[in-house]
Amino acid sequence: MQKIMREQLIEKAASLLNNGTVTAVLGWGKGEFDYDVTPAVFKTEEELKAGFVWNDFCGANFSKYLVKKTDRLEGKLLVFLKPCDTYSFNQLLTEHRFDREKVYAIGVPCNGMADIAKIKAVSGEGISAVDTNGEKIAVTTIYDDAPVMIDPADVLAERCINCKSKKHVAYDELLGEEGDVIDSARFDEVARLEAMSADERFAFWQNELSRCIRCNACRDACPACTCEKCVFDNPASGVENKSPANSFEEQLFHVIRAYHVAGRCTDCGECSRVCPQNIPLHLLNRKFIKDINEFYGEYQAGETVGSRAPLVNYTTEDIEPGEVFDRRDK
Amino acid sequence: MQVKEFKPLIVAFCCNWCSYAGADLAGGNRLNYPAEVKIIRVPCSCRINPMFILRAFQRGADGVIICGCHPGDCHYTSGNYYTRRRMAALFSMLDFLGIEKERTRLEWVSAAEGAKFAATMNDFAEKIIELGENKRLEDLRCKK
Ligand code: SF4
Ligand code: SF4
Ligand code: FES
Repeated sequence: MQKIMREQLIEKAASLLNNGTVTAVLGWGKGEFDYDVTPAVFKTEEELKAGFVWNDFCGANFSKYLVKKTDRLEGKLLVFLKPCDTYSFNQLLTEHRFDREKVYAIGVPCNGMADIAKIKAVSGEGISAVDTNGEKIAVTTIYDDAPVMIDPADVLAERCINCKSKKHVAYDELLGEEGDVIDSARFDEVARLEAMSADERFAFWQNELSRCIRCNACRDACPACTCEKCVFDNPASGVENKSPANSFEEQLFHVIRAYHVAGRCTDCGECSRVCPQNIPLHLLNRKFIKDINEFYGEYQAGETVGSRAPLVNYTTEDIEPGEVFDRRDK
Repeated sequence: MQVKEFKPLIVAFCCNWCSYAGADLAGGNRLNYPAEVKIIRVPCSCRINPMFILRAFQRGADGVIICGCHPGDCHYTSGNYYTRRRMAALFSMLDFLGIEKERTRLEWVSAAEGAKFAATMNDFAEKIIELGENKRLEDLRCKK
């Protein structure tokens, strides 16, 4: 259950639309099922009332949409941002990807989002309705009239279990109270992998990454991936589709994807959320973040606007690549 | 049956101003280093897009080594400082995926260090021979 109610958000958006502050609203809209909430643009109060959604499935981070949606818009676009979304917002501003003047950002508090895969693991397939407005999540399936009741804490998305911040780092207006940066355990899993042998790690990733179907959803959803022309769209790159290999095929794609956002990834978790194969992509991003923190000092992408990403920076005393392993193996 | 001796394919990216000249000096001084080392000359170590390294592995390289001017000596002042950060991140990631860490290396070799160049290549080749073929990052489409 979210602390802030859907009606409050609609009321806010409608009043700003009606008084002319904004011309459109970027928010969460109804999808095919209760749990596949999708990004949507609303232009009137009626549209909001009919289609606007705010529940435990509003994981989508809208920062990236601002690039295209503000491009030819007359007036301002209202956007709702959860705390983690505001980091991507700042990062995109740092990279001059959209015009701040064209956006009216409203911060909404977030109590954590639900992972539909975890819900299905409890309720089974065939979900006809999900209601997250009560203390418990009520899941109705086509097989049973009585809903399955699930504790939201049991199906919390991984990225929300390890939430790094409930604090909004950018907004024009904040609904609810200001949150805090959290001392999360988000690097624990990376550390566990680091402690394994190379062979074990290889087996781990082989198992995870071979499931990849190269749908490119991770790239498409990532707010750090906003290049107009992407290397993965180039049929001559040799990494645009699944490649035959005698070990496993997708490692090159994944190194490249993660590397392209290294130092700019805010750890928003969108990549893992949208992956239809439930591949823990966030572990690759977090490996880079953890390394960068250890080698070059703590750095959180998107914390402020205008900060210089660590991989386009240097000091004369930086660690040598070889020393990285000496240090770890000690 | 005769077992075929493993001849590794090693790609060495060398910056034009220091390491390539170092390799030249090694040659001029008749210092031996393995013929399997294929040198690719680049204007500066920071010309080496991390994609080049992945590409080399994809196409069957067994090891990739990068050589540039010593820190502070880059012909373009700061290129190798960027290289150092990029490669630290990339090598660490490859290791994280379970690619043997000995398959990648970065070494600073000046134009005067012909002996260091030869010694580095001998040592690197030895490590790669110990490891054997690169199976974990190759792409079968690129196999001849
Ligand atoms: S790589 Fe994943 S966690 Fe990082 S910014 Fe992109 S979507 Fe978010
Ligand atoms: S979203 Fe998942 S399956 Fe799709 S390309 Fe990314 S990792 Fe592969
Ligand atoms: S010119 Fe040699 S590393 Fe830059």
